[in-house]
Amino acid sequence: MSTFTAIAPRPAPNATTGPLAWCKANLFHDWKTTLGTVLIGVVLLSLLPRLFAWTLTDAVWNGGYEACHAGNGACWAVVREKFRFILMGRYPHEEHWRALVCTLMLLALIVASCTRACWRPWLAGLWVGVLVAYLALMRGGFAGLRYVETDLWSGLPLTILLASLSMAMAFPIAVGIALGRRSGMPAIRSLCTVYVELIRGVPLISVLFMASFMFPLLMPQGFNIDVLIRVLAGITLFAAAYMAEVIRGGLQAIPKGQVEAAATLGLSYWQTQRMIVLPQALAMVVPGIMNNFISTFKDTSLVAIVSLYELTGAMGMAMNSDANWRPFRIEGYLFIALIYFVFCFSMSRYSQWIEAQVNKSRQR
Amino acid sequence: MSAAPLSPPKQRWSWRSQAFRALVYQVLAVSVIALVVWFLAHNTATNMRQRGIQSGFGFLLGTAGFDIGESLFAFDSGESYLRAYLVGVTNTLRVAVLGIVLTTLLGTLLGVGRFARNALVRGLCRVYVELFRNIPLLLQLLMWYLLFTELLPDAASAWIIGPMFLSKGGLNFPIPVWAAGHVWAAWGLLLGLVCAWFLRRRARQRFEASGQPHSMVWLPMAGVLTCTLLGWLLGGAPTAMDMPMKGEFAIENGGALTPEFLALLVGLTLYTAAFVAEVVRGGIQSVSLGQAEAASALGLSPVQSMRLVVLPQALRVIIPPMTNQYLNLTKNSSLAVAIGYPDVVSIANTAINQTGRAVECIALIMVVYLSTSLITSLFMNWYNARVAIQER
Amino acid sequence: MSQPIIEFAKVNKWYGNSFHVLRDIDLQVRAGERIVVCGPSGSGKSTLIRCINRLEEHQQGRLTVDGVEITDDLKAIDDVRKKVGMVFQQFNLFPHLTVLENLTLSPMWVGKLPKKEAEERAMEQLQRVRIAEQAYKYPLQLSGGQQQRVAIARALCLTPKIMLFDEPTSALDPEMIKEVLDVMIEMAEQGITMVCVTHEMGFAKAVADRVIFMDEGQIVEQNNPHDFFNHPQNERSRDFLSKILGH
Repeated sequence: MSTFTAIAPRPAPNATTGPLAWCKANLFHDWKTTLGTVLIGVVLLSLLPRLFAWTLTDAVWNGGYEACHAGNGACWAVVREKFRFILMGRYPHEEHWRALVCTLMLLALIVASCTRACWRPWLAGLWVGVLVAYLALMRGGFAGLRYVETDLWSGLPLTILLASLSMAMAFPIAVGIALGRRSGMPAIRSLCTVYVELIRGVPLISVLFMASFMFPLLMPQGFNIDVLIRVLAGITLFAAAYMAEVIRGGLQAIPKGQVEAAATLGLSYWQTQRMIVLPQALAMVVPGIMNNFISTFKDTSLVAIVSLYELTGAMGMAMNSDANWRPFRIEGYLFIALIYFVFCFSMSRYSQWIEAQVNKSRQR
Repeated sequence: MSAAPLSPPKQRWSWRSQAFRALVYQVLAVSVIALVVWFLAHNTATNMRQRGIQSGFGFLLGTAGFDIGESLFAFDSGESYLRAYLVGVTNTLRVAVLGIVLTTLLGTLLGVGRFARNALVRGLCRVYVELFRNIPLLLQLLMWYLLFTELLPDAASAWIIGPMFLSKGGLNFPIPVWAAGHVWAAWGLLLGLVCAWFLRRRARQRFEASGQPHSMVWLPMAGVLTCTLLGWLLGGAPTAMDMPMKGEFAIENGGALTPEFLALLVGLTLYTAAFVAEVVRGGIQSVSLGQAEAASALGLSPVQSMRLVVLPQALRVIIPPMTNQYLNLTKNSSLAVAIGYPDVVSIANTAINQTGRAVECIALIMVVYLSTSLITSLFMNWYNARVAIQER
Repeated sequence: MSQPIIEFAKVNKWYGNSFHVLRDIDLQVRAGERIVVCGPSGSGKSTLIRCINRLEEHQQGRLTVDGVEITDDLKAIDDVRKKVGMVFQQFNLFPHLTVLENLTLSPMWVGKLPKKEAEERAMEQLQRVRIAEQAYKYPLQLSGGQQQRVAIARALCLTPKIMLFDEPTSALDPEMIKEVLDVMIEMAEQGITMVCVTHEMGFAKAVADRVIFMDEGQIVEQNNPHDFFNHPQNERSRDFLSKILGH
């Protein structure tokens, strides 16, 4: 039996990590990979410089439309010229500061709601407060602020308002419907199921049509509601159905033992839901709700079809109204595409991060 | 001595009984809903009477009075509203079916590409998914429409791709002139499919009997192609094609796809493909690594392991969300109203503006989409039940 | 003396650039020998046996299995895998196939056996592990112990010369461990070469020809079971044994 001598760890002979090793493993591993790298490389090298030139180096950054006509590249001057119109739509020019303040307030609220530290009961109160302040400030008509009717609210503030307000209102409705679908009472269960399946089976456009065309017919004579409120109601009902499904998934994941334990402690149905089931279920479905928010945010672009000019509609209005700048509509589209992308991408990254956190805390 | 079985105690109707409370709640809920529905219906009836609008679906038989930009079958303004609706439905189906096929192909390639060896391929797939997922579909459709109507050349200087012309007027391509030979070819195709099924069955039996692998894919495919070709030959081998030609103002003859259709198809396909790619990626990831390891420890080749072990399990996870995406594509085709493609929502919109019968028209739209959803859900449930992994 | 059926010669493996998981492994296994590998977690035991059928790649040294050297050569790897059977801690049965189909998959598709013969062989192996009555059930309908026995039968269907076990009982409830160990003991008595990573010291005492103790990527001590358990030579082996035999 030979004696045992310990061997100290040595570094690996051929590097298996580090940039060179990575390139070898991922780009040049065998002939198929190398061929792919070469082909893609050729295509990218021929396209990217031209794209770069059009977007940045040859682009026209300021000047009038003559400069843009004369230039070869992208006409970002149109964005400089029109960005206030694109972002704020028909909101009166002097009152833009109000829309800006309101939007920043709402954005701050949304960001705060995303941090764990703020998941407390007073968050609901804060939402209500901020939304009321938002509506008051945008509308004006008091303390010397000029009254701006809801028809003129447009652009990015309208997008964010529609998305956040509809999600905020849809949330309690969705919780109710999710609980209803899991209830033991057949009538309640069927009503909730019918609602969800009905809404999920039809496109948002038909719901918006219902809101804008059918609403005047459904209400008694002389009962007129703002187009904004009607559309908001439509989006809220739509978002509530999808959110109800997400929340229902979370409710299903709570083990039955939790409810049984609560029952042995003497808690009533509503106490159990409020204190035991919902806190756990909702914490679990935060990524799903974030996805809902992203979808709703993108869906607000549809309200242009029912004559509310949020960001996409405002851009269309800004570009189509001025014949001089019409040839440069694509730059305008790219500008708002960038805005949407920034918002949606950050929200989706955040939701992925939250999901990773939740999974980490579940592993033992 | 055994006592006679006791009957269960009689139901006590008091507030403390669970069943009684449940009944009360349900009766309350149903009556509230019924009341609301009655209220709304009453208002609608009053309002429509006041505006002099008739209710009922009789208007469908009336004259439409408007033209439709494109349709699969002949339509002019003298036809009925019902026919107009049918045109809308076929237009929606046309773009939906084609879109579903294309998006499945593209999305699967992108989803599988996320696992490629080549880091460039992986990166490009990732960039595609993030880019197309985070921009609203309406914006993408508007951009594609702009591209197809402004950046393409006029018909006079159309781009020529082989026998096809691409211009502001759309894509013009040669289509075969319909002749008897094509009917023969179609029968040949059907016969070929039946032959292929038999060939596969025989190959599988021979494989099981002898252990030697027999071609289960290439030979049946060759069979289908041969039968189709035979049918075509027997029918007189018709080769006459309706070629598009440059006319005075536009491209004439040949089959045509309008820029609206193209923009809608391209926009829907590229947008939904990003989501399909994520579904496929999730499905492949859901099969645990141990399964592939066990398969290779048993000596199966990578192709065999994918075909016999990984893919069957991955498909069970992929199919439900995939059908969801198909439904989303069909519903999203309703955005056609923004770019002027005459789908069913677009035509309903025109009908509402002309007749004022919002309730009936919207109801018709909802019926179309709801029946699609229902059929797909039924298929989904049947499929899930059939391939469910048996557990204890 | 005949050639060893498995031979490690100065085998080294790294994970990434710095984690030296196998350090200068020298090991010979004779045909028909039964080896138990034990050691603390992270010592490289699983990595060692996974290198034998190339589920892990070694970076330095020579590894020869039944006369075939294990390198990048795909054909060599295929040949080796037909002779080496493996049983995993997580069973890794294919849930979408019945038990019988799990067993006949490889003989039919890799061994090119006709279906009837493959099924006969499968039923033989199922009887050997005493689970023939479950042949038409699906894996998830069986208990953990039954699933692991099916996994052993599935590996045996290849008529391997070598059987590798990677902690086969660690994922089982205590009352099911015995049925799996009984099957493994029966197999050992039939002369197949076995390399087994396990914590079940009772099994090692009953069946093993040699116990190998690994720590921090090295083989610290190898000896017959009696001498290893009663007279451990090395400080680290004594330490390890006191921890697992103590309670």
